[in-house]
Amino acid sequence: MAMLEVKGLTKKFGGLVANDDIAFAVKEGEILGLIGPNGAGKSTLFDLLTGFQRPDAGYVSFLGRSLLGSRPDQISRLGVGRTFQKLRPFDHMTVEENVMVGVLQHTANLRVAREQALGALFFVGLLEKRGAHGHMLSTGQRKRLELARAMATRPRLLLMDEVSGGVDQRSLPGLIDLVNRLKQQGMTMIIIEHNMQVLMSLADRVLALHLGRKIAEGTPEEIQNDRKVIESYLGLAYA
Amino acid sequence: MTREIVIQAIISGLLMGFVYALIAAGLSLIFGLMEIVNFAHGEFLMLSMFSAFWFWALFGVDPLYSLPVTAALLALLGLVVHYGIIRHILRAPMLAQICATFGLAVFLRALAQFLWTPDFRTVIHPLVEGRVEVLGIFLGLPQIVASVGCLMGFTLLYVFITRTETGLALQATAQDRQAASLMGIPTDRMYALGWAIGAACVGVAGGLLSTFYFVFPEVGFQFALIAYVAVALGGFGSILGCLLAGVLIGLVEALGGLLIDPSFKYLIVFGLYLAVVFFRPQGLFGRF
Amino acid sequence: MRSRTPAPMIAALGAAEREPALQDALNEPARTPWRLRTRLLGLAGLVALLAYPFVLNAPFPQHVMIMIFLYALMAQSWNILAGYCGQISLGHAVFFGIGAYSSGFLFATFRVSPWLGMMVGIAIAMAAAVAIGLPTLRLRGHYFAIATLVIAESVQIVFQRWEFVGAASGIWLPIVRENPLLNFQFNESKIPYYFIALGFLSLVCLAVWYLERSKAGYYFRAIREDPEAASSLGVDVSRYKVLAFMISAGFMSIAGTFYAQYVLVVDPETVFPLTLSILVLLIAVMGGVGTLWGPIIGAAVLVPLSEFTRIYLGGTGGSVDLIIYGALIVLICVFRPVGLLGIWKDWRLGTAVGGAKNRGNA
Repeated sequence: MAMLEVKGLTKKFGGLVANDDIAFAVKEGEILGLIGPNGAGKSTLFDLLTGFQRPDAGYVSFLGRSLLGSRPDQISRLGVGRTFQKLRPFDHMTVEENVMVGVLQHTANLRVAREQALGALFFVGLLEKRGAHGHMLSTGQRKRLELARAMATRPRLLLMDEVSGGVDQRSLPGLIDLVNRLKQQGMTMIIIEHNMQVLMSLADRVLALHLGRKIAEGTPEEIQNDRKVIESYLGLAYA
Repeated sequence: MTREIVIQAIISGLLMGFVYALIAAGLSLIFGLMEIVNFAHGEFLMLSMFSAFWFWALFGVDPLYSLPVTAALLALLGLVVHYGIIRHILRAPMLAQICATFGLAVFLRALAQFLWTPDFRTVIHPLVEGRVEVLGIFLGLPQIVASVGCLMGFTLLYVFITRTETGLALQATAQDRQAASLMGIPTDRMYALGWAIGAACVGVAGGLLSTFYFVFPEVGFQFALIAYVAVALGGFGSILGCLLAGVLIGLVEALGGLLIDPSFKYLIVFGLYLAVVFFRPQGLFGRF
Repeated sequence: MRSRTPAPMIAALGAAEREPALQDALNEPARTPWRLRTRLLGLAGLVALLAYPFVLNAPFPQHVMIMIFLYALMAQSWNILAGYCGQISLGHAVFFGIGAYSSGFLFATFRVSPWLGMMVGIAIAMAAAVAIGLPTLRLRGHYFAIATLVIAESVQIVFQRWEFVGAASGIWLPIVRENPLLNFQFNESKIPYYFIALGFLSLVCLAVWYLERSKAGYYFRAIREDPEAASSLGVDVSRYKVLAFMISAGFMSIAGTFYAQYVLVVDPETVFPLTLSILVLLIAVMGGVGTLWGPIIGAAVLVPLSEFTRIYLGGTGGSVDLIIYGALIVLICVFRPVGLLGIWKDWRLGTAVGGAKNRGNA
């Protein structure tokens, strides 16, 4: 059985259709890549899956349970974690405290929460920065922090909104390596990624969106050679 | 209770409604522009009433004649507040934004109390006084003048915002600051302009109010509350919504006072506001 | 219900023995313990507080101190909701009034012990916080502030007209000579009031101290920083906002009961005024919001200031303190929204490191 099943998902903003009849499934242990030019509806899709926005039509089921009508915190407690494209660390809390908020979903014991938070920070390579505040970190570090925070909730499915966006070339390999290590440990993920190269190295399967519609689905190689995908990107380039 | 009394209440409610609308429009303009609520709005009104009062008391100039000066003084105050305070807190945490204008309100009110004592004052024998009788309905002339004046002010504001280039630039800034600044609109100056105009609106309303209302340091608060309610009802940032909400409040207040109990008139207005907040947080005429 | 596969993080933790850096981090204490000097200073402060009313055994110095405790108690209550959870209430006087009226009314009408009345007041205040909070806490920032302002004003109007509780003239509490402790009335000396106020203040500070070390406290701060990010981590935002509101309202109503017993008069003009809501906010912001000591420092600075200006400047001088507060608040917000406590901390940090870098503006 698929871990996540999405059928007919549709979201309109006034006249604009941000997501139009989207359907796909994610199996346990799989990494699904999402590509598409700006405005293709990738982040909207994440918002619909995690309860930040209500779809106008469609169906989302996670481990056999419908997610429709659930609040973001309920969905998080069901085991879906996410990061945001526009990074949102808790600026006036330390890095350690940021991650503890995630762990506290499972325990009220602060000592335990701190231990696990430190473990998560070690995993993402931010242990040294544990006493720093959110706004003192670089973009790459904040990405790691958000990842650690989301991982701290122990999700079964993780939605990552952009691995490489805004990250300088020097920190990118580390981040990719991090996602790879998560994959090796059996983490199921959906990843939004603009950088084709990065996506090809991470994803098992790729879904291409254009203007809110799914235009292609397949292995990274298939997507790379898909005429419609190339057109949607080229069309944008020539526009 | 005769029909005349009810009609009279409706008309005086309408008249007051236009005054509320202009006060609220000033508040709404500033809010729509930068998502900052001016918690010192009532104190702006109080200062404009004192300005009109002192022109009358010291120089014998009637509030109607000093109205342009009062409006200009308030616009100046708006600029000072923007450049002195608001500009520095645009990106500050919300707490700092709220406390800054709230602190300003406390400061201005206390200063007025210190300088002018908490006493109630009135402009005696203003240029326009007395009342007129039309078909058995009595209406205060100063109220009519104030109401017409505020409506004119409101119309001017509306035309300015929707028909002039500067007004459109203001609107563009309100909608998307970044896009506006990319289009070459000097957004910082637009903010300053917003404060100047917003404060000038209050200046006009206050100058006109002073011809028939008591002038005292705490006078601003009740008007400010009504302005917040009007802005919330009308939908934050919507100027036309202010007019509808202002008139609605004026009517509810006048009829509620007449039919239920005068001492409860504000309570009815606040109750209306709370009902709207609970069931339609975006306001009655809000855009989203 | 929450059976999960072991998370990768746990696997990472398993490596702790082999990873000295992680081991070190795990071994270090969560908070730096107080140094000896700090402990000694704290002890001296405690002794000074306990000895104060006996050393300065006159009504005025005792009164000033009681007012400091009372206002610190209120500012701390407000701080729980606004400073920690980020919801700025401009109508906190509502809960003060509820506390004062609950115990005052029950005592004046049925001779119910004010201590019991206080409990009733807390319960009503908390219920009111839920009733007010559920709809209004959905509103964002400025909108919530306006809603609380309007509600506070409405409640005051209701109490001004409500004959059952004495309308505008309020409730005069009968003076009772016997059994002062049970009746929460001490007509001979202010010293018992001094210690009760100190006790209440300690209680709320203890609550905040505990909150800083509890799940709820972490959730409050996460909500203050970014409610959406918090909810993505499983924080039930509206539930915790209401919880913060309830705790805050409960302590505020304790302050109300104390005030009623201290002055023995409860009327709408003194227990529901906007000025009270304003003062509470000013004190907390001045001292430093979102910190344990901020409200106390704010009260210790501002309350004596207003008591003295009232004495030295008389009637018209009644507003001089507010002129100063208002101006100070604006300055603090514009230049350093961290309050006196934050300014002092930065200054100390600055002198220690030789240039305060990386200072966050809370």
